[in-house]
Amino acid sequence: MTFSPALEERFAKLLTSYPPRRLRSAIVPMLLYAQDEIGCVSPELIEEVARRCEVTPLQVDEVIGYYSMLHRKPLGKYHVQVCTNIACQALGAEELYDHASRTLRLGNREVTEDGLISLEEVECMGACSWAPAIQINYDFHHFVTPERFDRLMESLRDGSYGKKAS
Amino acid sequence: MADLVNFTIDGRQLQAPAGTLLINAAKEAGIAIPSFCYYDGLSLQAACRMCLVEIEKTPKLQVACTMPVAEGMVVHTDSEQVRGARKGMLEFLLTNHPLDCPVCDKGGECELQDMVFRYGAAESRYLEAKLHVDEKQWSPVVFYDAPRCILCYRCVRICAEGLGVGALGIGNRGAAAEIVPNRGDHLECDECGACIDICPVGALTSGTYRYKTRPWEMEHIGTICTHCSNGCKTTMGVRNGSIIRCNNRDRSGVNGEFLCIKGRYAFDFNSNPERLTAPLVRNNGELKPVSWAIALATVAKKFSETKARNGRFGVIGSNHTTNEENYFLQKFARQVLKTSNIDHHRTGDMASLLDALHGKTGALATTADLYTTKAAIVIHADLAQEQPLLAFQLRANWRHHKAHIYAITPGPVREDNYGTGVRAEVGSEFDELEKLRERLAGEGELVILFGAAIKSDRIRQLVTFGDSLGISVKYVCLLDYSNSRGASDMGLLPDLMPGYSNVRDAGLEPGLNLDQMVTAADLDVLWVVGANPLARNTFASDRAFVVVQDLFLTETTRRADVVLPAASAYEKNGTVTNVCGDVQKLSRGPKTMGAKPDLEIFGLLAKELQAGLGPARPEAVFEEIRRSVRGYNLPFGVVETGGGAATAPLNGRVEFQAQPELIRSAGNTLFTSGTLGRYSTMLNSVLEAPGTLYHDPGLEPIIEKGSGQIEVLKHQK
Repeated sequence: MTFSPALEERFAKLLTSYPPRRLRSAIVPMLLYAQDEIGCVSPELIEEVARRCEVTPLQVDEVIGYYSMLHRKPLGKYHVQVCTNIACQALGAEELYDHASRTLRLGNREVTEDGLISLEEVECMGACSWAPAIQINYDFHHFVTPERFDRLMESLRDGSYGKKAS
Repeated sequence: MADLVNFTIDGRQLQAPAGTLLINAAKEAGIAIPSFCYYDGLSLQAACRMCLVEIEKTPKLQVACTMPVAEGMVVHTDSEQVRGARKGMLEFLLTNHPLDCPVCDKGGECELQDMVFRYGAAESRYLEAKLHVDEKQWSPVVFYDAPRCILCYRCVRICAEGLGVGALGIGNRGAAAEIVPNRGDHLECDECGACIDICPVGALTSGTYRYKTRPWEMEHIGTICTHCSNGCKTTMGVRNGSIIRCNNRDRSGVNGEFLCIKGRYAFDFNSNPERLTAPLVRNNGELKPVSWAIALATVAKKFSETKARNGRFGVIGSNHTTNEENYFLQKFARQVLKTSNIDHHRTGDMASLLDALHGKTGALATTADLYTTKAAIVIHADLAQEQPLLAFQLRANWRHHKAHIYAITPGPVREDNYGTGVRAEVGSEFDELEKLRERLAGEGELVILFGAAIKSDRIRQLVTFGDSLGISVKYVCLLDYSNSRGASDMGLLPDLMPGYSNVRDAGLEPGLNLDQMVTAADLDVLWVVGANPLARNTFASDRAFVVVQDLFLTETTRRADVVLPAASAYEKNGTVTNVCGDVQKLSRGPKTMGAKPDLEIFGLLAKELQAGLGPARPEAVFEEIRRSVRGYNLPFGVVETGGGAATAPLNGRVEFQAQPELIRSAGNTLFTSGTLGRYSTMLNSVLEAPGTLYHDPGLEPIIEKGSGQIEVLKHQK
């Protein structure tokens, strides 16, 4: 399996960043970067990372099962993560998640038919001071109300997301 | 010994070498610190938190399984806080653990049950419904019940570290975490069942044993596995005269932890419905069941007649029968039948090795040596497939003592993963050895293990090479079966007596070897004991009267005129000698109605013939062996108490005619066991993964039709 030259370069650097016989330390970053490039953690990717990090595919599999940010199935173009951990929950995150689930017609870790949006209920993202918070791909959005959530979703659909302040 | 440090546990002043883990230091002093995940010999995990103890001047409780003792340390293992922590941990473990103990296989021998009983947590504060996940079957051998699992990682570690396979891992996290197999929904592994034995609870259960019985309903009888030559102790759980399970949970025997699929599960041949349970005598061309009295009289009459007219006898012995049986059989052949035509299927050239080592002491490695030697080299053998305990020993030595392991083999072997793997075809191994000369000489100590491809002059060449290294070198001549070594040691050879003295020294002439007997057109009687020489040969002598002692109707048995149903090794008392010369005791477990131990059959025949060979009792014959066979003057107590007593080296030449063409390894894998393996349902049910065993280039693998629909992978010339 080959990756883009930029990613290959990143991997090459990763594999020299750890002490000898500790290549397994590169498993998490490799999976995460590769997932961004190919959309999900495929069985082929598991084999490849196992080979490069000199571990068994099962050991890579264990890591994927543990970390919720690694996905075996492709996510939407925009992956919407709603925190329902305690601080956000106290400020209405459960209602926000229900609203999201209802309006997007998505269950947890499901993707819209057009592949544009996926939804996930996540644990604390460290944005407690600005709760309730959501994360779209790598961007945080703070103090999210159902109305603000709808506007964000609209901007994802009409392509205006990220082009103007929302 | 490392520097001793002083510390206090529960008010007792103690000392232990620096680096000793607190849990072990306490154990040494007779103070039990409970734990699930800590397991002697495996890497540290600190997952179960059962071993929390209070250490003065340390603010929080510490795990005793990863904490080394330190000078001045004051530890409390039974304080209010510690007791509370244990109880709390048990309450956590029981959160989702189903209380199905009344039907669980582990009930009665479960570590979790024992801990709750001892440390208490019978009451739970949880009101929530327990998480349930259905039980999964990962292979014919292994079943997994996730809710029972306490995630101690013992199975994960024994598989990865002990076996070098790594077929188990942990999937998911938190309350949903569970053990997962390496192939999604099934296992591809050695199917050894070590994970099941090591499981402290009933999460991993075995296909043979599950829901069959309760542990306290069985009698537990330790004996030696009858499959390969490694001689692992296996503890039979016997109920109503049949074996329900085999394991080695008490870690006794030369194998400690270890058993492979054969030791744990391939005992089922013993109760195969095809077992012979009555003697058969050929009548009008057909084998018909008769009484023992008639069968023995028929054999005795034929033996007497043949002897009276100076007819020719041929005797073929077994790789599975006991030392006592082998000794008695050769005595019977030489003294009563007056023949030297006696042999067995030789799977390694032990005689050549002993001759090459004459005059040296301590040059034969024991099973224990493999765990302590600084370095070892394997030549032309796939150890993990053919000699699984020896492979386990070397792997443990590498893990625990950083031993250097080398392998010179035609194909890839498991040793490559933790040692130096060199690819070489048979014949070019000495070129590769020369290239390794400096490294090997620098090891200071070496054990050389070699397969059947190294025989006769090559063995001498190997010993010359070993001598030239100028370091301590020990050897293991790899053999195939449970008492291959004993068959050779006890003189089931046409030119060698028990203890490898030449027959001429006893005033006899060398006789026919196995191949010569099978192809001799003029044999009058062929007596085959526990062997299947006609598996792929036709017996040349049409007129010969064939007597066979066996468990099953094999190709050889079918040619018999009289068949005497024999007891299996699990149904016998006696001793066997493993590949490394460790002599161990068999203990009778189950019984098969109608079958008799071979020694008893010999005794009955001797009585019919009024032969006066002495008592055919295992104890009496063992005494005779101890007194008369070179190398076998063993400490009686060691053998009697179930230990392995090493045979002594021979201090003289072995005079014999080298016959390298007779040395043929059957090339058994982890999942085959010669003719016997055909009758193990469990062994055959996992044949989808026969492993990558390479074999003699002259031997091509063929699929041999076994009994019923079972197909057995074997190698044929």
